[in-house]
Amino acid sequence: MTEKIGGKLIKFGDNVNTDVIIPGRYLVSIDPQELAKHAFEPLGPEVQKRLWVSQVVVGGKNFGCGSAREQAASCLIGAGIKAVLAKSFSRVFFRNCINTGLPAVECPEAAEVAADGGEIRIDLAQGRVDVQGKKFSFASYPESLKQILDAGGLIPYLAKYVLPQQEASKR
Amino acid sequence: MGKTFAEKALARAAGLSEVSPGEIVDAYPDLYMSHMASWRCIRTMEKLGTDKLYDVDRIAMVMDHISPAQTAKTADDQRMCREFAQKKGIKKFYDVNAGIAHIVLSEAGHIRPGMVIIGTDSHTTIYGSLGALGTGVGFSELTAAWATGKLWMKVPLSVKVVIEGPLARGVSSKDVMLKLIGDLTADGATYCSVEFHGSYTEGLSISDRMTLCNLAMELGAKNGFVRPDEVTRSYLTGRGVKPGDYSEIHPDADAAYAKTVTIDGRRLTPQIACPHAVDNVKPIEQVAGTKVNQVFIGSCANAKWEDLVEAAAILKGHKIASGVRLLVSPASKEIVERTVRDGTYSIFLEAGALITNPGCSACAGDGGVMADGEVTLSTANRNFQGRMGSYQAEIYLGSPAVAAATAIRGVITDPREFMERK
Repeated sequence: MTEKIGGKLIKFGDNVNTDVIIPGRYLVSIDPQELAKHAFEPLGPEVQKRLWVSQVVVGGKNFGCGSAREQAASCLIGAGIKAVLAKSFSRVFFRNCINTGLPAVECPEAAEVAADGGEIRIDLAQGRVDVQGKKFSFASYPESLKQILDAGGLIPYLAKYVLPQQEASKR
Repeated sequence: MGKTFAEKALARAAGLSEVSPGEIVDAYPDLYMSHMASWRCIRTMEKLGTDKLYDVDRIAMVMDHISPAQTAKTADDQRMCREFAQKKGIKKFYDVNAGIAHIVLSEAGHIRPGMVIIGTDSHTTIYGSLGALGTGVGFSELTAAWATGKLWMKVPLSVKVVIEGPLARGVSSKDVMLKLIGDLTADGATYCSVEFHGSYTEGLSISDRMTLCNLAMELGAKNGFVRPDEVTRSYLTGRGVKPGDYSEIHPDADAAYAKTVTIDGRRLTPQIACPHAVDNVKPIEQVAGTKVNQVFIGSCANAKWEDLVEAAAILKGHKIASGVRLLVSPASKEIVERTVRDGTYSIFLEAGALITNPGCSACAGDGGVMADGEVTLSTANRNFQGRMGSYQAEIYLGSPAVAAATAIRGVITDPREFMERK
């Protein structure tokens, strides 16, 4: 987990759903780069172009509602997004972010003032957001989730820590 | 202080005496369901560098979402799953002929009260209809369970929904849920366990319980739940599952709920979710007359035998409107067989419907897609932009009865108009 993330932000409204983030027809792929080409396709090429030059996605409430498709998180990683900040997240999308190693930060105040195309800085370790010249704080992750993010997602975390232990205990 | 259903189910799955909302536990689910995403799990296992499975008997694979294969790539993905299942001895493997995972696994007796079930599908919440805790996860998480048997889970707050019945004629469980989603909005129960209580749920059919728990997802719920009772036990007995094969979990009378919502089903009228959000709900009077190009009766929410019978009762003796396509996709092979036997299948054919093979079909954009500017009235659970073909098409959601009435007239129609005439 990169502790300090920053750059240009792209802002969306409330209830952005997974069919808009990555349409079902592209789920035949699991390659983040390939998926990134189709991220937010229903919203048109202008939005897509702005996504590809942004580092942080800012959403309103219930960001990522809808399907359990993990590609809704991994397509953003493929598009070069380093973090998602929103007023609130849908449950499965939040889990998919953590499990694919993409920090998902819930901070309603920062999401409210963030201006589309503006700059944002997120300090994960300190739980601080810097946006529009204002500073906000957010609750840091529980230790168990922090470890998953630190490892770069659930699968690298398991490969590094859990499976070797499982093997050792069988011996 | 008493405990809710979710608190008890997750405590059991985590091997703890008790848990509280907000706590993150390592739960050991009883069943891991993966559909078309199964090949992604197999690829993820390779990435993980292991081929050891924690418990092969907890794995269930159903080849829905794209069935049969449409492209060589999909055919290859499905072959990978078939071969993996055979090599590993996965007995709960259901191929492209079976139908929608949730319905197929329930019919096969794999879903039992008190179980914790994860699935690579958001509508895994449906298993609450049989008293189990079902919740959707990503494919990496499902793979983690394959390899380690466990998964991190947050103990949710619980919401109590009290539904008073009976419902009026022409009104169904779908209308109850659309009304609830419209009132509470799409994040009305995010990360919460939604328990359905009230006189309406007592003695309710498993099919209607499935519709309730399936659509709980559209409130943002982690899971849905209806208390198991004689209806549940008799359904399970019919599926070869004996009472000794499971252990029911019931919430305590003094359990703590984040909120309680009451819905008076007796005064409810048919409801419609308008484009492009499931919580954009209006009573049918406000959208009646809207022209449609296609009607879809399908999905894990509303293509069960009872749903098809509800639609057929209205369609009987009628033809669908000229220029309108009526697509019917039964939820499972068993349902197809039953509708063939009892004549329901013929009613659809005679009315002019196109009946597809069982599966997710048009709900997942697997056939039955729309051109620019077209409109579908669907019995599915989602109406998001672009879900059924063109990004410039529109989806309205309603009950099977609304779908049938709409197919006859070619415009969104209140099904009670047909019932009064009879």
